Amino acid sequence: MSAQKSILYPLVAVLVLILIPVIGVKLGLSYFFAVVVPYAAFITFFGGILCKVINWARSPVPFRITTTCGQEKSFDWVKHNKFDNPFTNRQVLVRMALEVLCFRSLFRNLKMEMREGPKLAYGSAKWLWLGALAFHWSFLVILLRHMRFFAQPVPGFVDVLQNVDGFFELGIPQLFLTDAVIVAALTYLFLRRVVVPQIRYISLPSDYFPLYVLFGLVLSGIGMRYFFRVDIVKVKELAMSLVTLKPAVPDGIGTLFYVHLFMLSVLFAYFPFSKLAHMAGVFLSPTRNLANNSRAKRHINPWNYPVKVHTYEEYEEEFREKMKEVGLPVEKE
Amino acid sequence: MADIPKPEELAKIDHTPPETPWMETPTVFRDGMWCYGAKPQNIEAVGMPNPREWSPKDEDWKLPDNWKEIVLDGMKDRLGKFRSFKLFMDICVRCGACADKCHYFIGSGDPKNMPVLRAELLRSLYRKNFTLGGKLFGKLAGGRDLTMDVFKELWYYMFQCSECRRCSVFCPYGIDTAEITMMGRELINLLGCNIDWIQAPVANCYRTGNHLGIQPHAYVSMIEFFCDEIEDVTGVRVNPTFNRKGAEILFITPSGDVFADPGTYTAMGYLMLFHYLESMGLDITWSTYASEGGNFGFFTSHEMAKRLNAKMYAEAKRLGVKWILGGECGHMWRVVHQYMDTFNGPADFLEEPVSPITGTKFENAKSTKMVHICEFTADLIRHNKLNLDPSRNDNLVVTFHDSCNPSRGMGFFEEPRYVIKNVCNNFYEMPSNTIREETFCCGSGAGLNAGENLELRMRGGLPRANAVKHVHEKHGVNMLACICAIDRAALPTLMEYWVPDVEVTGVHELVGNALILEGEKKRTTDLRGEPLPGMEDIEDEDL
Repeated sequence: MSAQKSILYPLVAVLVLILIPVIGVKLGLSYFFAVVVPYAAFITFFGGILCKVINWARSPVPFRITTTCGQEKSFDWVKHNKFDNPFTNRQVLVRMALEVLCFRSLFRNLKMEMREGPKLAYGSAKWLWLGALAFHWSFLVILLRHMRFFAQPVPGFVDVLQNVDGFFELGIPQLFLTDAVIVAALTYLFLRRVVVPQIRYISLPSDYFPLYVLFGLVLSGIGMRYFFRVDIVKVKELAMSLVTLKPAVPDGIGTLFYVHLFMLSVLFAYFPFSKLAHMAGVFLSPTRNLANNSRAKRHINPWNYPVKVHTYEEYEEEFREKMKEVGLPVEKE
Repeated sequence: MADIPKPEELAKIDHTPPETPWMETPTVFRDGMWCYGAKPQNIEAVGMPNPREWSPKDEDWKLPDNWKEIVLDGMKDRLGKFRSFKLFMDICVRCGACADKCHYFIGSGDPKNMPVLRAELLRSLYRKNFTLGGKLFGKLAGGRDLTMDVFKELWYYMFQCSECRRCSVFCPYGIDTAEITMMGRELINLLGCNIDWIQAPVANCYRTGNHLGIQPHAYVSMIEFFCDEIEDVTGVRVNPTFNRKGAEILFITPSGDVFADPGTYTAMGYLMLFHYLESMGLDITWSTYASEGGNFGFFTSHEMAKRLNAKMYAEAKRLGVKWILGGECGHMWRVVHQYMDTFNGPADFLEEPVSPITGTKFENAKSTKMVHICEFTADLIRHNKLNLDPSRNDNLVVTFHDSCNPSRGMGFFEEPRYVIKNVCNNFYEMPSNTIREETFCCGSGAGLNAGENLELRMRGGLPRANAVKHVHEKHGVNMLACICAIDRAALPTLMEYWVPDVEVTGVHELVGNALILEGEKKRTTDLRGEPLPGMEDIEDEDL
């Protein structure tokens, strides 16, 4: 599939998806879009991820294939790089935390440059790391901020988070830093995919689709907060009714909210069946989550089976005379 | 050897991908980039499927009628056996961080050599055949059908990956292309489509104990030849033993050290070290049955790797040794470190390794019971057990090439450096992004060190060579040290092509040069017979 098609088809798909709740609500299907779709998406998300993880976990890890990114544990007088080459499970925990929370591996990123000569140079390239980190963290903060819709009274940490996020006190309503950051990060992640020739070349429709859905989600959210305000009180009413499993749909919330909710539902439902499952998968990655101690502690392969080998007896049988000629000891004269 | 362009020509590399999308860009087999197919007798020798005369250039690869079924069933089987495989098929986000980390991509500009696309070759089949999205939406979901062209493309690129794992260091999810390539090669082997440069060593190793097919008597006479050489240089006769029962330690090294320069000088280094330690209580024996540290089975399938690796423990058990000492080798150490105990352990018939000279317990090897010779020697030096004259390496300005497997499969960085710095006075590191865990492959690893694919090797070796060139120009480096037998076989050609004037050595060759043996004569040459500058003058002054 050409790059243009890979970029366009999912865009069209997401635009169509946006139209669905717009039309649906006009046709009086607000209950369907406010209750049925979110519940279904929520169930698909958790059920799907659970199935995915169980499915992965059902395949064993036959070998201890840690990728070691620093000095191994050796003599006492050699400095051990504990977190890039963990020896104990505790050290693995730190390595995983660095990976999941700080994107340690991406932080190593380099950019190769080929100059006349040829002369190869490797420059630090932290933009991808920064963009990825900015996106994931702002997404998390935004998600947590939304807890204010799902709990009464609003938990203290949500207030704190919101105050920190709105620290700059710019504009009315107050601008959230994460709103700006997530748009910038998504734009960066999208642009590099479209602009960098190699990245464009490897990108599939399924790489653009989630980006468009996220754009739809984020922009509709920002639209509601800053430009086309919806009835926040009613939104909370709906949210509370959903979490308490007594769904009731208040009238007149505003179509944009339905678009927002639908994009979220699409994202959630799509999640387990796509590359987005990396969120769960990263925890299971055998090159990262195993200690590099395979010479000290035997790793068991559950499906290890006996194999045909060429025994010493067979070997001596073939070469006995030649062995004796050079004085090699033999088992049988 | 294939004709290849001159370095200036080869260096004109365009990294821009073609206009056509990769699934629609047919793969053309370019001479110099692929290896000959496995010969039937070498497939038969180890009882693997589909032995026949064939060539990768043939239109018809003479596959069984149900070849698609075999490949897809093989995939299904492996998805169930290896979490790595299943996970790595699912979670790549195509961020592209791996793209310019691969030495084959850097050196060739071929987009299918970007690790992400190499994996997508297989992933597209996975999606089409094993995921709902791929079954429903096909190409739109990144899936594609298995056709003969797709299989040939897979073959072409599975043998343009040296399983070096550099990409895996940079991947945010630790996706390891070596795992992908290993699975790809296993599937290829189900149809008897290995390359002969892997299959022949496998067959040889199975029968004679080593890749080169050296029979026991020849193995012994080769090592005796080294003993003569050592005597010429030092005046001391060393007396190794073979297949000796009751020895305390079994020594296993790659057969490349016994067969080809400059590995042979490394073997002389081992022999001298063992002789030096003999009077201090070292009781060690070589084996002709387990005369191979390397394991080309590892480039074939997990099963074949296990079948060849089995000889190490079997021989250790038969001879009744206490533990095993291993020579300098790359993928051998990945297998020993990450696979051997799991494959063929538990080694409960051995004892936890203890250095008979220093009493050091090698606790990091207490289960597998196999110690790397650089660990062993570093410990000796640390305890002042070696009488060394590093000035005997003063004719050398040394840099160290971290071999892929001990680097990213062990984290074996300081041990060899400690040894080198104690036996050489002139040591310079290459740039930091080209060493340690970020080291570049020699370009010929994982069984790709053939003659017919020389262009691939020179392209893949470019990043390594370029870093050597940097220190050659900056510090006058003239010797590239390494701890891998494939490196010692491959790097001399690479240096000759990209950085003439730089030679290649194993670490224990440097040890052999510096080690002062008891009763030795004044050395006027190094182990290679090259005159040692200044040494003769000193002799004159003494007179």
